[in-house]
Amino acid sequence: MPLDPSFVGRTYPPTAPYEVGREKIREFAEAIGETDPAYLDPEAARALGHPDVIAPPTFPFAITYRAAAQVVEDPELKLDFSRVVHGDQKFTYTRPVAAGDLLSVTVSIESVKSMAGNDLITVRGEVYDADGAHVVTSMMMLVVRAAEGE
Amino acid sequence: MAARLTYDEVEVGTELPPLSVPVSRATLVRYAGASGDFNPIHWNERFAREVGLPDVIAHGMFTMASAARVVTAWAGDPGAVVEYGVRFTKPVVVPDDDKGALIEITGKVAARLDDEARTVRVDLTVTAAGQKVLGMSRAVVRLA
Repeated sequence: MPLDPSFVGRTYPPTAPYEVGREKIREFAEAIGETDPAYLDPEAARALGHPDVIAPPTFPFAITYRAAAQVVEDPELKLDFSRVVHGDQKFTYTRPVAAGDLLSVTVSIESVKSMAGNDLITVRGEVYDADGAHVVTSMMMLVVRAAEGE
Repeated sequence: MAARLTYDEVEVGTELPPLSVPVSRATLVRYAGASGDFNPIHWNERFAREVGLPDVIAHGMFTMASAARVVTAWAGDPGAVVEYGVRFTKPVVVPDDDKGALIEITGKVAARLDDEARTVRVDLTVTAAGQKVLGMSRAVVRLA
């Protein structure tokens, strides 16, 4: 059954703050093969004008993806997660994520479409710091593949 | 450390230094731990085949992260990226052998967007096993 377009605009409560640590950034950077000193060395990051080491551009996904569980697990949506694949992903940054940030995500349903029996749902995640200032927006489009025989 | 690239150094068609990223099962396990994405399609062959995949596949977000490396290394400051988006078009299949998979990334400047903000758009081409694995892979970068 296609997703109900009336879910568009549904907004979930902000998530509890996620504290970004230097060693978590280092672990993530190493996992993607990065050696850029802006991720690893606070002095090098400061020389570029950042307050501390910054996180690679896709790091915020680790936080926004967890926050998006509110949509995936929303009992009213009845998403079948075993049929969900990541269709596309976009980030728009006000500033890079940096060590020491306390980040909270406000998740909402941006759009719902049906295409060739599949549902396409775009989940917006607005990431704010402890001062309530915008850091990054994540747009995650999920494809819910049609169930067999539907 | 690379010096920050300036807007005036760049023109449409400028090619970014390319990058080849080898991917093994160990790479994926490590990325799973670092990112918190433990979906078994990225480490469990039996499970991957059960859901209709040819084998274990890389995290799409690992491929997206790898492609960004071309842009951040070139710009000289990873904080210069103001927008970055991709479409996941084909999975990167990672066999359990000595070679694994190879993600190959090239990029070029597609447009100078704003002389005031000193922003350019970089278009990336990302392939594995001769197939495009990301589509519409674009970054907007604010240069010095």
